[in-house]
Amino acid sequence: MAKMSFENHIMKQFDEELEEIRTRLMEMGGKVEQQLKNAIRAVSEADSKLAEEVILEEQRVDDMEVDIDEACILIIARRQPAASDLRLVMMVTKAVNDLERIGDEAKKIANHAVILTEQSGSSNGYPEIRHIGNSVIRMLENALDAFARFDADAALRTIEEDEQIDLDYKTALRELVTYMMEDPRSISRAINLLWVIRSLERIGDHAKNLCEQIVFVVKGKDIRHQR
Amino acid sequence: MSPANTDKPSMLKKAAAAKGMPMQNLEVDDHQVTVGQSFSDNAKMTMRNINVFYGDNQAIHDVSIDIAKNQVIAMIGPSGCGKSTFLRTLNRMNDTVEGCRVEGDIRMDGENLYAPKLDVVELRARVGMVFQKPNPFPKSIYDNVAYGAKIHGLADTRVDLDEIVENSLRKASLWKEVKERLHQPGTGLSGGQQQRLCIARAIAVSPEVILMDEPCSALDPIATARIEELIKELSENFTIAIVTHSMQQAARVSHRTAYFHLGKLIEVNPTEQVFTMPQHRLTEAYITGRFG
Repeated sequence: MAKMSFENHIMKQFDEELEEIRTRLMEMGGKVEQQLKNAIRAVSEADSKLAEEVILEEQRVDDMEVDIDEACILIIARRQPAASDLRLVMMVTKAVNDLERIGDEAKKIANHAVILTEQSGSSNGYPEIRHIGNSVIRMLENALDAFARFDADAALRTIEEDEQIDLDYKTALRELVTYMMEDPRSISRAINLLWVIRSLERIGDHAKNLCEQIVFVVKGKDIRHQR
Repeated sequence: MSPANTDKPSMLKKAAAAKGMPMQNLEVDDHQVTVGQSFSDNAKMTMRNINVFYGDNQAIHDVSIDIAKNQVIAMIGPSGCGKSTFLRTLNRMNDTVEGCRVEGDIRMDGENLYAPKLDVVELRARVGMVFQKPNPFPKSIYDNVAYGAKIHGLADTRVDLDEIVENSLRKASLWKEVKERLHQPGTGLSGGQQQRLCIARAIAVSPEVILMDEPCSALDPIATARIEELIKELSENFTIAIVTHSMQQAARVSHRTAYFHLGKLIEVNPTEQVFTMPQHRLTEAYITGRFG
């Protein structure tokens, strides 16, 4: 049998539309990743100006979500995608939702950065937040990377990282409780930090969702709720 | 510009570097075996090692498959893949084609359909067929439906015949539209109505299996929707095999889907699997519109 190429659709426009939502999802991922990095830096460096910027930029993330969703709906209406195309379009509509939620959490972190900066003026760099923050950033980067390469194995490996983040979250929680017991004057500040850590933990969950969706696109297997 | 945006271009570069999705499914070679679930525990018809030739030209290569009772099976594939030829082996329509030779074992409820003493006229009553273009006889609506019942001696009295005609037209969802004009010519109906008349005609002789060869390709979307609805209803009492060029139609009406390619049966699987996660690379390429 002659060798055939299945890379492209007969209808070229369809290829372009799929490529377009893929590129825009990556763009949104990059934007959200940057929001997260800036939010964490705003907390650890007590930079309320940077925090304000994150809060303002959240609107951009929301707009991207709406735009990409609209493009997906158009593809479904026009092309009735099937098989891997269908899985890709469905994945993208879910992924933008998770990315938008990550954007929300980044904004919440930025809000707390403003409050924390007002409360104490300077910071000790909050090592616990930097630690979890770095893990979460790495996890999100790996998830987006796995999507860019349609790499299901990398996505599965990235899912594993969430366990360590959950562990670190619990450890940090205990630490904060200890501070609060030792020095009741720290309670207000500790609660703000607690919200930040909570947001980071949630971002880890959303990154995990992204990875599950990547496995679904590539392998056609739904691995949600199996652990 | 804040240092914020430095990472974005690299993300885009990554996306650009990995164009297109890797296809993880099988490669195809000349010794292809069918993947998926070709066989059924509840088979109405069984076909084993079917080869069909038109003269020297082999149209079907070693196809084995079961057609399950009271289910709809859809045959899909690009033009010339052999799906219609295959359908026609099921009621020996190919007998009428000169130079056509069918090899292999085809059975319905265990009975060999190619046995020399088998009555082909009776077989075609048990395995009815609906064609691409509606082809009512140039007779009245009533006679179109009554014709088969009469020759097969299914009705003893006029009352019996009336009942068969009414029931068949009801099952084909045409009764309400034609009950006032049963004695007008069938050819005066709209295309969609004519096709339902042909289905009523097929049903009237109480077939066990109904074969449909692109039954909607000459119809508008509304008439198509009616026929599809009808196929779903009929599958409760009949076994149906349908050849269609519309993949969405296959996805909507069938329980199982069989994908043919160059005379070979490539994949048979539950329809919901074929359209979300086909097992074979060729099936994937065809249903996503990458060739055909």
